[in-house]
Amino acid sequence: MLGVSDRISAADVAKVARLARLDVTTEELERMTVQLDGMLEHFADIDALDLATVEPMTQPYPLVNVLRPDVVQPCLDRDEVLAAAPSAEDGRFRVPPIIGMDL
Amino acid sequence: MGLADIVASVKSGAVKAADLTEVRLAAIAAREGDIHAFNHVMADEARASAAAVDEAVARGDDPGPLAGVTVALKDNMCTRGVPTTCSSKILEGWLPPYDGTVVAALKASGAVAVGKTNLDEFAMGSSTENSAFGPTRNPHDTNRVPGGSSGGSAAAVAAGFSDFSLGSDTGGSIRQPAALCGVVGVKPTYGYVSRYGLVAFASSLDQIGPFTNTVEDAALVLDVIGGHDPRDSTSIPQQHPSLVAALQQGVGGLRIGRITDLPEGADPDVQERLEAAFDTLKAQGATIVDVQVPAFSFGLTAYYLIAPAEASSNLARYDGVRYGMRVEATDTNAMYGATREAGFGDEVKRRIMLGTYALSAGYYDAYYGKALKVRRLIHDDFERAYQHADVLLTPTSPSVAFEFGSKGDNPLAMYLCDTYTIPTNLAGHPGMSVPFGTGAHGLPVGVQVLAGTLQEPVMFRVAAALERSLA
Amino acid sequence: MSERDGLPGDWELVVGLEVHVELATNTKMFSSSPNRFGDEPNTNIDPVTLGLPGALPVLNEQAVELAMRIGLALNCTIQPCTFHRKNYFYPDMPKAYQVSQYDQPLNIDGYLDLPNGVRVGIERAHMEEDAGKSTHIGGSGGRVHGADYSLLDLNRAGVPLVEIVSRPDIQTSDDARDYVNELRGILVAIGASDAKMEEGSLRVDANISVRQPGAPLGTRCEIKNVNSIRSLGRAIEYEARRQIDLLESGDKVRQETRHWDETDGRTHTLRVKEDADDYRYFLEPDLVPVVPSAEWIHRVREAMPPLPAQRREHLSVLTGQPANSEAVTSVVERGQDHYVLAVSHLGGDAARALVYVKEAFADLGAEPAVPALDIAGLTTLEVDGKVTATQAKAILAEIIANGGGDAAAIAAAKGFEALDTSALETVVDQVIAEQADAWAKFCAGDGKAMGAIVGAVMKATQGKADGKIVTALLNQKKG
Ligand SMILES: [Mg+2]
Ligand SMILES: [Zn+2]
Repeated sequence: MLGVSDRISAADVAKVARLARLDVTTEELERMTVQLDGMLEHFADIDALDLATVEPMTQPYPLVNVLRPDVVQPCLDRDEVLAAAPSAEDGRFRVPPIIGMDL
Repeated sequence: MGLADIVASVKSGAVKAADLTEVRLAAIAAREGDIHAFNHVMADEARASAAAVDEAVARGDDPGPLAGVTVALKDNMCTRGVPTTCSSKILEGWLPPYDGTVVAALKASGAVAVGKTNLDEFAMGSSTENSAFGPTRNPHDTNRVPGGSSGGSAAAVAAGFSDFSLGSDTGGSIRQPAALCGVVGVKPTYGYVSRYGLVAFASSLDQIGPFTNTVEDAALVLDVIGGHDPRDSTSIPQQHPSLVAALQQGVGGLRIGRITDLPEGADPDVQERLEAAFDTLKAQGATIVDVQVPAFSFGLTAYYLIAPAEASSNLARYDGVRYGMRVEATDTNAMYGATREAGFGDEVKRRIMLGTYALSAGYYDAYYGKALKVRRLIHDDFERAYQHADVLLTPTSPSVAFEFGSKGDNPLAMYLCDTYTIPTNLAGHPGMSVPFGTGAHGLPVGVQVLAGTLQEPVMFRVAAALERSLA
Repeated sequence: MSERDGLPGDWELVVGLEVHVELATNTKMFSSSPNRFGDEPNTNIDPVTLGLPGALPVLNEQAVELAMRIGLALNCTIQPCTFHRKNYFYPDMPKAYQVSQYDQPLNIDGYLDLPNGVRVGIERAHMEEDAGKSTHIGGSGGRVHGADYSLLDLNRAGVPLVEIVSRPDIQTSDDARDYVNELRGILVAIGASDAKMEEGSLRVDANISVRQPGAPLGTRCEIKNVNSIRSLGRAIEYEARRQIDLLESGDKVRQETRHWDETDGRTHTLRVKEDADDYRYFLEPDLVPVVPSAEWIHRVREAMPPLPAQRREHLSVLTGQPANSEAVTSVVERGQDHYVLAVSHLGGDAARALVYVKEAFADLGAEPAVPALDIAGLTTLEVDGKVTATQAKAILAEIIANGGGDAAAIAAAKGFEALDTSALETVVDQVIAEQADAWAKFCAGDGKAMGAIVGAVMKATQGKADGKIVTALLNQKKG
C-alpha cells in the first residue's frame, strides 16, 4: 500500500492547488512542494504502525440520532445578507459567467 | 479581584459596571499599541452593555451570573454586526448577521464584550504571527510571541485588557498561549461547549474555552458557557455538574499520572516546573503513578493529516460569492482561484493543500484514513491510562515564550510547539494549562492537567491545588 | 421494429434511473428556514443555508421519517447510516460541499414492481441536500454558455432530497416511463413529496447503455435535464439509437454526461467523465449517525397510508375489474379510489361507480365535490333496471354539473321511466313463446338457459327491464 513516506511531487501539488481553487504562483508551488514534502517525510512515522485491525475514529464523543423538529424559525434579512455580498443584483448574488467548471 | 467578587459587587450596586468597563478601556488605550491583542475594540458596544447591566441592577432585575465582567472574544466567534475576521484578509470587513451560541450566552449573562482578539489566521498557528493584521506581543516581553493561535485572547487577560477571554483550541490553541502568557486556559471535553458560531477550523477537534486569571474564574465561565446546544449536533446532551462547586474538594487520594513514554523535547526549565508540580500534589495527599500512552508521539502526524483535511473542506466556502473578499475575474472559476490566492495567507494555503492532498483520490487510505486509525490508538491509550490515574500531568509547551521569527520558515518547527497539547484534542478529552511559576528569562511556565471524557471536575480540583500551592 | 422497444437488430437496452425527490417538509434538511417553492429569491435563508462561517447543520427529523417511508414503500432494508461531505466548487453550492450519504445510506436493496409485473431493483435511496438555483443573464438567452453573468437564489439550497437509484433493470422506454409514473404515485401517496417534474421536485437522470444479448454491460451515458415523463421516453429512445448507430458503424460509446434538449429532440454532450472528478468524500464531522431502532421503523411503517399497488388490488377486489385495467389504474392514479369506496359503503354498486368515476371524474381531483350518496343512488337505479346505461350517463352529467342531485328525481324529470310489471310480464310471455326450447330446458332445471331468456327480454325492452325482476318473474312462471 501507498505510504506517507511516498512523498509528494510538484505535479501533485499543482493538481491539489487546482482542486482547492488556489492560483498559486510558480514560486509558491516550488516552495510548497519542498515544505509539504518535508512534512510528509516527518509524518512517515505512522507508516510503521500495524493498523489492520484498528477502527478509524471519526467522532470524539459518540452520539447518534441528533434530530431537530421540522418547525420553521425566522429567516435572516435578505437586505442585510446581500449587503455583505461582494456583488448582488435583483435580490440575488451576482457572479461572473459560470464556465470552466470541471464538474 | 476574581470574577465572583466583581459580580457580587456589581449586583450589590457597590461598583458600577460602567466604571469597571472604563478601567479596562483605559488599560487598552494605554497598552494596546504595544500589545496588539485586538483586531477590533468594541468600546461603544461595551459601554452600552455595561450601562444595561447597571440599569438592570437599578431596576432590581437579576443582571446575570457574569454581570459587569469584561470579556475579550477571539475573532473567530461570530458577533452580530461586529467585524469577525479570523485575522484573514478573506473575511476583512465581514459583519456576521448572527451571534454564536457562546456570544449569546455571555450577553445573557451580563458579561461586557470589549473586543475581538487577534489570532493566527483561521486559528492555524502557535504564535499569532500568522495574523493578516500583524502579530500580538506577549505582555511579559513584547519581543516575544504570546503563543497561538488564541494569542490575542491570552495577551488580553495577561495585560489586564479584560477580566477574562474566550479562545478556541484545536490542537493546543488555548493551553499553549495560556502557558506562554501566564494565565489559566482550558480546553473542555469535545462537545462541552457549543461550536455554533465558532468559525470552523477542524470540526472534530475545535473546542471553545476560557482564559482567566484564576482556576475558579475558569470554572465560573465554563459553568456559564458550557451545556447542551440544540444548534450543535455534536453538543453533549446531558447537564454538566458545576465546576465551581468541585473546586472545594482537595486532591487527597487522587492518582496523578506521569507519562513515562512522553515525547522528549521540553526545555529543562519547563521540565523542572513539572517536577515541582508533581511534588506539590504529592505533598497535598495525592499519589503519583506511572502510566504509558505509547501512541502519544504519533499525535502530531495524525493531527497534521486530520486537521488540514477538515480545514480544506471547511475553508472551501470562502469563494467570494456570498460574503468576504472577491478578486474580480472573467469567469467564476477564475474568480475563485484569484480570490482564494489573494485572500489566504501562507500557512492557511499550506494546510488547505496538505488537507486536500490527504483526502484526494488515491491518497485517502494512506493519509487521512490511516490518521483516523492512529487517532483511535491515541484515544484508547489515554483511556487505558485513565484506568490507573485520575489526571495526567505534562508540560503545556516545550518552552517559555519564544522570540518573533525564531521558528524560521520551517513550518514543522512551529508545529512542534503543540507536541504536548495535540493528543488531547484527538482523544476528545479535556485539558488545561495552569501557570506554575517561571522559567528561563523569568517568563511564565504552564503545567498541563489532562483528564478523561467529562472529567473536568477532577481536572479543576488538581489545577486549583497547583494554584493554591503558589499562593 | 424489433420487439425490444423498437431497437434495430437484437440490441438490448439497459437503463438505470436516478431520481431526485424533494421531500415535503416544512423546513430544510439541516436548518429551520422554510422549504417552499416559488418564494421571492433569497428569502428562505439562514446561516446554514448560506454556508456562513460558524453555522452548523442539525438534521430534520421529519426528513428522515419521509426518507424512511420511501425506503419502506420501495421494500428497502433500512439501516444505520451516516453523512459525508462531497467537496466541489459551484456557485449554487454555498459550503462548496454537498452533505450526502455515501457508503452507508439509509435505504438499500429494495425493489419496485411495475403494474405490468416487471420488477425493478432499487440499489439505494439516500438522503442529501439540494443546491441553489442559478439564472444566466445575457448572451444567448438563459443558457449557461455565453451568459454575461449569473444570479443566485439560495432558497432551494438545503432543501431535503432523497436520491433513489434503481438497478439497471429497465429494458424498455415504456418501463422507464412506468417506473417514474409508479414511483411518483407512491411518493404522493405516502406524503413524501408532491413529485412535480415541472417544478423540479422530482428530477430524473437516466443511465443508458446498449448491448448484444448475453454481452457484458456496455459503456453508459448519463442523460440529464429530462423534465417530463414523456421526454424521458423520447430521450431514452434517441440515446439508444445514437449508441447503436455508433457501435454499428464501428465506433465506441464514450462515457459522458449528456443533456436532453427538448427542442431538437436530441441529447448533447455536457461533460466527459474525467479523473478530475475528485470529490474527496469524508465523513461529515458536524453530524452524527442515524441509527433507526426497530421500534422507530415500526412506528413509521404503521403511519404509512396504503400504496397505489395495494389500492389497485383493493379496488380490483371491490369492483371485479383487473388491478392493471385502465379503469382501476387511472382511478387510483387520480386518487379517486376512496370515492368509489365511499359510493360502495353507501350501498351503491362499486363496479358501476368505477365506470362513472373513470369516465366522468377526470377533472374532479382526489376529493370530487359530488355527494357520493347521489352517485350511489344512480348506480342502484341503473343496476335495478330503472334506467339504462345511456340514461344513467345523462343523469350522471347532470349530477356533476349541479354538484349533486337525486338520481330518481332527475330520471323522472327526464321521463326515464322503467317498465311497470304488467308491461314487463307481457314481454316475458312473448319471449317464452319465442324461445320455447330454452324455456323447456330452464323448466327442466338447466340454470344456464335462463341467460338466453333474460338476454332476449333485455333486448326486447331496449335495456329498460330490471334483470332481478325478470328473473323473479321467470321463476314464478316455472311454478
Ligand atoms: Mg447521482
Ligand atoms: Zn444526488
